[in-house]
Amino acid sequence: MSMPFYIPAEQQARDKADFARKGIARGRSVVAVTYTDGLLFVADNPSATLNKLSEIYDRIAFAAVGKYSEFEQLRRYGIRNAEVTGYQYAREDVTGRSLANGYANALGQAFADSPKPFEVELLVAEVEADGVEIYHVLYDGSITDEQGFVVVGGSAEAVNTRLKDSYAPDLSLGEALAMSQRALSSDGDIAAANLEVAGLDRTRGRRKFFRLPDERVAELLGQTA
Amino acid sequence: MRLGGDPFDLMGPSFSAVLRREAPELLVQRLDPGAVPHVEGTTVLALTYAGGVVMAGDRRGTSGNVISKRDMRKVFEADSWSAVAISGAAGPAMEMARIFATELEFYEKVEGVPLSLEGKANKLAQMVRSNLPMALQGLVVVPLFAGYEPRGGFARIYEYDAAGGRYEERRFASTGSGGRDARGSLKARYREGLDREQAVDMVIEALWDAADEDSATGGPDLVRQIFPLVAIIDADGYRELGDDTLSTRVEEVIAERRA
Repeated sequence: MSMPFYIPAEQQARDKADFARKGIARGRSVVAVTYTDGLLFVADNPSATLNKLSEIYDRIAFAAVGKYSEFEQLRRYGIRNAEVTGYQYAREDVTGRSLANGYANALGQAFADSPKPFEVELLVAEVEADGVEIYHVLYDGSITDEQGFVVVGGSAEAVNTRLKDSYAPDLSLGEALAMSQRALSSDGDIAAANLEVAGLDRTRGRRKFFRLPDERVAELLGQTA
Repeated sequence: MRLGGDPFDLMGPSFSAVLRREAPELLVQRLDPGAVPHVEGTTVLALTYAGGVVMAGDRRGTSGNVISKRDMRKVFEADSWSAVAISGAAGPAMEMARIFATELEFYEKVEGVPLSLEGKANKLAQMVRSNLPMALQGLVVVPLFAGYEPRGGFARIYEYDAAGGRYEERRFASTGSGGRDARGSLKARYREGLDREQAVDMVIEALWDAADEDSATGGPDLVRQIFPLVAIIDADGYRELGDDTLSTRVEEVIAERRA
C-alpha cells in the first residue's frame, strides 16, 4: 500500500496561489477609476457579448478578470444574493460591503478546500452620495478596499504604473475614459470596439449602473467607431 | 454564500425559483385563511393609443363596506417598458407585483437583456396560476399587464383570470369590481389612432363611469386632491402623470359632464 507524499500546508498554499496568479495574468486587464459622477470600469475585452463588467444591484457594480466560467458563476451568485436581501428587507439594505464579504468568504473557502482554486480577481464597487467604495477580492479570499483607482488582471503592474502618473480626482467621464484607454494600451491605443465600458453614475435614478455602447465610447474618445 | 453543487444547475434567471429554494419562508404560506378580512383593490384599466399604452387605476381600497384607504396605489412600474395593475386581495396582489418587478430586473441583469413583452406576460401568468390555491380560499388576485416592446415598436395589454389564463388584447382592457362599467365606457368611446391626450382623457372618463356605478371604486377626490393614478408607456419608457396635469384633465372632464 502506497503512502501519499506529505506536502507541507505552506507549500500547498503557495502552489495554489502560483497557479491562480498565472491564470489571472494570462488574461487582459480591467481598470476601475473614480470620476466626478461616480465610478468607471474599463475592460480590455474584444468580445461584445462575454462581459466582464456587470450590474449587481441599484448602487453596486461588478468587474472581474480571470476564467470566464468561474467569475460568471460568482456574478450570478452576487445578483441572486443581492435580490434576496433586497426583497427580504429593503433595497437600501443591500450593500457592496456585505457582497464583497460574501465573495471573500466563498473564494477563501474554495481556496482552502478545493484542489483547484478559482482563477479570478473581482472588484465590487458601490456608489454613494458623497463617494465610491471599491472592494478588491483576490482568488484566495483576501479583500482590500481601494481609493481612487485600481487595476486587476493581465499585466496589472504595468497598467497601474501608467495610471498612477495620470490619475487625478474629479475627472470628467471623457477624461477618465481616455486615461484608462491610454493606461490599458501598451503599444498603440486599443480601439473603442475592443473596450468594454460601464460604471456607476450617482446622478441616475434608482439603478445607477450604465453601460456605454461602442459608438458612445468612440465619440468620447474622439475616434470614429 | 454557497458555491459548488450541481454543475448543471445554471442558476437560471428566475427569481421565484431562487426564493423557493433559498428562502421558502418568504413566500406566502398556503394555510387555510378561512374568511380572512382583507383589503380589496377595485378598478384598473389600460388602453392603447398610437405609439403607446395608458394604464390607470382608481385609488380606493375597501374591506367589506368600509373604505379603508383613499390613496391606494394599484398601478406599479414592472420595469422600464411595462406596468402591472392589480385588483383583488390587495396584500397578495401588491406582493405579486413586487416579486414580478424583481423577477424582470433579475432576468435582465443575469441574462444581460430584458425579457420580451410576451415573455413578461407569460411569467406573470405563471405567478397568477401559482396563486390558485389562495384564490380558491377567497384571496383572488387578478392583475392587468401592459407594456411597450421596444424591439418591435408596439404596445400590448394582457388580461388574466384567477386561474392563470392569459389573454392578449390590442385595444383596451379593464378588471376589478368596476371593470365592467369601465369597459362599457371605453367601448363606447374607443377608436383607432387615438393620440396620447385623448387616451388619457378616455381613461379618466372610464374611471369616472366606474366610480359612478360601483361603490368600491373611488372617483377623483377634489377635496383631498387625490386623482387616479395614470401611467404612460411608450418609446420613452414608463412614466406617471403628475398631479398638476391630472388635476387639469380631471377638471376638464368634469366641466364637460356638467355642461
